[in-house]
Amino acid sequence: MSSRLINEYLREDKLPHIWCPGCSHGITMRAIVKAIDNLNIEKNNICIVSGIGCSSRAPGYMDFNTLHTTHGRALAFATGIKMANPKLKVIVITGDGDCAAIGGNHLIHAARRNIDITTIVFNNNIYGMTGGQYSPTTPQGERGTTAPFGNIDKNFNLCNLVKAAGATYTGRSTAYHVNMITKLVEEGIKNKGFSFIETLSICPTYYGRKNKKGNVVDMMNYLKNNSINVKAAEKLSDEQLKDKIIVGELYKTQEPEYTEEYKKIIESFQKER
Amino acid sequence: MSNQYEIRLSGAGGQGLILAGIILAEAAIKDGKNAVQTQSYGPEARGGASKSEVIISNKEINYPKVRKCDLLLALTQKACDEYIDSLKKDGILIVDNSVEVKRKDIKKFKLPVIETANEKLKVPMVANIVALGAICKASSIVTKDSLENAILNRVPRGTEDINKTAFEKGLNLINN
Amino acid sequence: MMSNHIKLMQGNEACVEGAIAAGMRFFAGYPITPSTEIAEISAQRLPRVGGKFIQMEDEIGSMAAVIGASLTGLKAMTATSGPGFSLKQENIGYAAIAEVPCVIINVQRGGPSTGLPTSPAQGDIMQAKWGTHGDHPVIALSPSSVRETFDLTIKAFNYAEKYRVPVIMLMDEVIGHMREKVEIPNREDLEVIDRKKPTSGLVDYKPYRIEDGELVPPMAEYGGEYRFHVTGLVHDETGFPSNTPKVAESLIKRLIKKIDDNKKDIFLYEEYKLEDAEIALISFGSTARSAKSAVDMARAEGIKVGLFRPITIWPFLDTEIEQLAKKVNKIITVEMNLGQYAIEVERKACKYAHVDKYGKLNGELITPDEILKKIKEV
Repeated sequence: MSSRLINEYLREDKLPHIWCPGCSHGITMRAIVKAIDNLNIEKNNICIVSGIGCSSRAPGYMDFNTLHTTHGRALAFATGIKMANPKLKVIVITGDGDCAAIGGNHLIHAARRNIDITTIVFNNNIYGMTGGQYSPTTPQGERGTTAPFGNIDKNFNLCNLVKAAGATYTGRSTAYHVNMITKLVEEGIKNKGFSFIETLSICPTYYGRKNKKGNVVDMMNYLKNNSINVKAAEKLSDEQLKDKIIVGELYKTQEPEYTEEYKKIIESFQKER
Repeated sequence: MSNQYEIRLSGAGGQGLILAGIILAEAAIKDGKNAVQTQSYGPEARGGASKSEVIISNKEINYPKVRKCDLLLALTQKACDEYIDSLKKDGILIVDNSVEVKRKDIKKFKLPVIETANEKLKVPMVANIVALGAICKASSIVTKDSLENAILNRVPRGTEDINKTAFEKGLNLINN
Repeated sequence: MMSNHIKLMQGNEACVEGAIAAGMRFFAGYPITPSTEIAEISAQRLPRVGGKFIQMEDEIGSMAAVIGASLTGLKAMTATSGPGFSLKQENIGYAAIAEVPCVIINVQRGGPSTGLPTSPAQGDIMQAKWGTHGDHPVIALSPSSVRETFDLTIKAFNYAEKYRVPVIMLMDEVIGHMREKVEIPNREDLEVIDRKKPTSGLVDYKPYRIEDGELVPPMAEYGGEYRFHVTGLVHDETGFPSNTPKVAESLIKRLIKKIDDNKKDIFLYEEYKLEDAEIALISFGSTARSAKSAVDMARAEGIKVGLFRPITIWPFLDTEIEQLAKKVNKIITVEMNLGQYAIEVERKACKYAHVDKYGKLNGELITPDEILKKIKEV
């Protein structure tokens, strides 16, 4: 199974990837490819866009139309692509720093427009590419090279942020819950509108080492043991859910999609003639 | 350069002077001449002094701004005080009758422009079109037909009649 | 009587009409004075021709969306002014290295920072060339009239498509906002250039492969026959990143060379009464109109002055300026800044002629009288 996925969807000549040993980004990348395979979408009809950072290197290994852009701007480039050719399935792969800090504005506005783009954030709670600085999702009190005495910033709940901004599909999974990533990405791609899937990733090299999170297995076990499905979470109090990772399909609704609304404007003029 | 005719329309922001300038320039083009229209922007556009400028010529117009004008329209005292010195000797001055003017070396028309729009037509917004009627009559720089044409082309749809009336009232403010 | 083709048109409006005539089908922008009319008119016009308009969340995003749309096969443009132009620089650099055709309109206003939002300036000359980091190619054009704005917008698209570069239109507030008589040419009389596409059916398609004797790779589009990767990193002909010094050097050198080797095609300028001139004014954009009036005024007084008007600002008209310097005794650059273009002129002309400059940056257009005074001084 794996080798077929690799043969069919990855650019084998670009492998091995640049990610550190123990980094879970590869797991998430494979889960996305599997979702595309399950949906049986023609490769030429997919465009994957990324920004800058460790996660944003993923599209380089994926055999689709791929665009590696500037830091934080993936969603803005993707918006141009989707507007120019709404037939393309546009997927954005981004990181926590890329989409929530430098690209935060593009994130909330893409969500607000409900433009049909599926965004998958590889959230490893740290800036990995530059060597371990704290990000908007680094938990308070944790350390990064630029938070040597502990991070005093509050961290974002990304799924709540984009839901409030207008996204019509949100879900969260972890690198441990691989099949769930695939399922959520499938649903996200199927949703006609802005979909946002947060996947918690592990960064043993920087985040793990800096915060004494143990080895790769310990970090994976943390994801496993601290996650709780959204259905189960509904029955628990806020106190009980403290420090838990709520996973699963978090939000789903239907709203008019941006490029379809624009198409109506164009068609109104064609009728006029 | 001698055949170049320079017009400055001044007053308060919101009096439609920019539109009046555009209409005047368009009328000149309809007459087969060259025209350039410019304006001052900024906070002035909200109630402060506002100006719109038009240069009409049979030749190419290079420098697009008005230096010494052949015709000055001033709808407020403030605008008149500000620009009166830029009017050429023997130039045409059209002011609202609320405006006091000291200069004597000019052809002065003191007319009830705003009153005509407010009291007679009950549409304050058409003061600019009343003024265009007066400008047409006082200067003959554009033909009546072209100007009327340009007015109907540029005013909002549905307001053609009132603007046409305003234009005629403006023409009639000056007796031959 | 006025025919349908003769219109009173604003500079910003002529820009949009030119863009649509050139085939623009995508516009992304963000409101900023004095360029806003370009966005407003694009929003009105584009859906009528099956094109797309989007108001993005910021200037950076507008530039990004334009590049995305261009990679997907549409001719794309954005418009801005100083503060927005500063923000766009990041992705202008991206367009330069990834070779994505696009047009950036900068209706210049007084700077730095928020500066003089509603007043003209020509202070972004150097920024147009060096605004984004690293050595990179750029083409910048500057129109002096409403009609020329129409023509140059078409040319801007043509150059962008032909050379796969970002092309910058350096307008200014005077040209953007003034209205004048314009005769719109017939569509069939316009030269419109489209990007060269790769041949169909290639087994081994490489997005940045250069054919023998060429400097510009053909360009595929997302959603078309070929799948490809695009990055802002230094890349080889496959489009994938490379750290090899040889690849890095040859890429950047080719990007520069594709413009340098085609200067003849890109150089645009106008000469006015230079035949017997002893003094040459060099001026562009709206100030060139004042300079032209000043030439006539000086000539009426018997002073032998002419005007050289660069239309192409970048690449710099090096050979032409050198020729001009050899012909005249004195050169005066006239621009609404403190001498940005003058630096380049001095570099090329100082061996042959005395170079003086006249600049102004108080938000007012330089007047013919001021220039005449300067002419008499030198």
